[in-house]
Amino acid sequence: MNTDHVAPPPDTEFDDAAFVAAAGGDWSDVADEIARLTEERVVVNMGPQHPSTHGVLRLILELSGETVTETRVGVGYLHTGIEKTMEYRTWTQGVALTTRMDYVASMANELTYVLAVERLLGITGAVPPRAALIRMLMAELTRVASHLIAVGTGGNELGGTTLMTVGFRGREEILRFFEMVTGQRMNNAYLRVGGVAQDLPPDALAFLRGAFGGVLRSIDDLEDLLMKNPIYRGRLEGIGYLDLAGCMALGITGPVLRATGLPFDLRRAAPYCGYEDVEFDVVTETTADAWGRFMVRMREMRQSMRIAAQCIERLEASPGPVMVADKRIAWPSQLSLGPDGQGQSPAHVREMLSGSMESLIHHVKLVTEGFRVPAGQVFVQTEHPKGSHGVHLVSDGGPRPYRAHVREPSFNNLQALAALCNGGTVSDVIVGLASLDPVLGGVDR
Amino acid sequence: MADGVEGKVPAFALGSVAKVVGTLRAGSTWPVTMGLACCAIEMMAAGTARFDLSRFGMEVFRASPRQADLMIVSGRVSHKMAPVVRRVYDQMAEPKWVISMGACACTGGVFNNYALVQGCDHVVPVDIYLPGCPPRPEMLIHAILELHQQIKAEPLGPDRATVARAVEQAALATLAPGEARPATVNGVLA
Repeated sequence: MNTDHVAPPPDTEFDDAAFVAAAGGDWSDVADEIARLTEERVVVNMGPQHPSTHGVLRLILELSGETVTETRVGVGYLHTGIEKTMEYRTWTQGVALTTRMDYVASMANELTYVLAVERLLGITGAVPPRAALIRMLMAELTRVASHLIAVGTGGNELGGTTLMTVGFRGREEILRFFEMVTGQRMNNAYLRVGGVAQDLPPDALAFLRGAFGGVLRSIDDLEDLLMKNPIYRGRLEGIGYLDLAGCMALGITGPVLRATGLPFDLRRAAPYCGYEDVEFDVVTETTADAWGRFMVRMREMRQSMRIAAQCIERLEASPGPVMVADKRIAWPSQLSLGPDGQGQSPAHVREMLSGSMESLIHHVKLVTEGFRVPAGQVFVQTEHPKGSHGVHLVSDGGPRPYRAHVREPSFNNLQALAALCNGGTVSDVIVGLASLDPVLGGVDR
Repeated sequence: MADGVEGKVPAFALGSVAKVVGTLRAGSTWPVTMGLACCAIEMMAAGTARFDLSRFGMEVFRASPRQADLMIVSGRVSHKMAPVVRRVYDQMAEPKWVISMGACACTGGVFNNYALVQGCDHVVPVDIYLPGCPPRPEMLIHAILELHQQIKAEPLGPDRATVARAVEQAALATLAPGEARPATVNGVLA
């Protein structure tokens, strides 16, 4: 029996029907063969090396024609064992590991972690106000940088490289400030338990004021390029719909949740770091689709810049310490910029080595062994650019966590992907995924 | 495997042709998108306006390994990802080069644990190691320019595919205690 798909004749009326040429054999065999050929479902593997899956995500799509009937998400291609590694590092070193989870929002990860350790230590109230302000400033700038990447790479995945270059242009301005303050462009490890690693350099705030224009110009450009672009609107509007009930059932937070109209933002709902003292609006949209999510991100960036501006004003007005006074916890380093890069200030080293043997011993003990944290457990959440970011820490009273677990919003949001994509077309999968903006470093950890 | 252009060149002209071919190859090295983690973001940043990789004829990151001749392993390689990295490498056409970008790709970085391959040179042969966590885009550009120099100086004589395979076999070979690994220069057994 010879059965083949053949192209339908040009003047056919049966656009949707499959044409099968059959010759010879029983009619029942022919019918079975037709059924086999026309009801075949195709499973397409997408990723983990795919330019549009936002990193090393693997999607297993079951297709019927161009329609996606089932979406399965394969994660773990970037599993780094960070949580396990944290059990073998001191509480202070944990910052350098959390910062590498969601690598486009480094300092937002660090923030949750240091807040959690501080609560375990019971020193939340002892953190100097200037340190809290610096943390807030860094968290908000991180949010802008993260959203710029989300919108930029989201546009890139839809085929617009210009959007990526514009997004990265604005992010560069922020990264220059980060580098000036923390010494690193990404993976900053700048926040410390009890405060921040060091105070802002003298001219940093003036520099940041100067960089504001560049960031805002990039946000404006993105708005002009994307939000008024009929093709982009056409690709996004009504795609990846997930309403409030769906978000609630799946534990979705962040811009995805706010795009359904619920103004849930931990900065407002459970303020930390002094968010209760700054003015900002919780941005919501009501469309509950990909378009709404990108709109939330675009508008949130402006609110974050608003918060950052308030932080700058206050930081200029309030000098002071940036680390807790308790010498059992405060990291004993004084960093400075030498001819070979950032490192311990020579004056501080001289003072330690020549001043007193006890202070040197204390320094060595604190750096090598670390401080001890009372036994207990804690769960702290903050509003990460991707959603609610939680850190669960268990201490057995030792200098290292007994167990560290992170609730990564990227991971939780990713489980909505099937709900967003099933029933849509393959091209809409890209849109749905980009609108969730998962970062695989955070998903897999 | 058949010789490439070098098989048709008379011996007296080989040196000049090698220079021309090297310049052409170095001038249009197209990277495959092998973004893995943090370094991938810096790799993308290197392609955008401020750092502008297109100055060196390579802003086109190819999604298909068949169209690419440079793999920038940018980020941590997990044990789950390692076979994928290798498969993409195998799918690239010769001649091909690998830059190991970042501390994790070079040595495993800060993550000395059960999950990560301790250096992507366990999986693919590496031409340039680029340290940093993550390296700045300028450092990536510097690594690429270094690679360009290597590509320009590459001899045409021996078939590169066979040589590369021999070098890799030598690198993978189990050594007797005290035995030295054979030295390589520019991807060729010395």
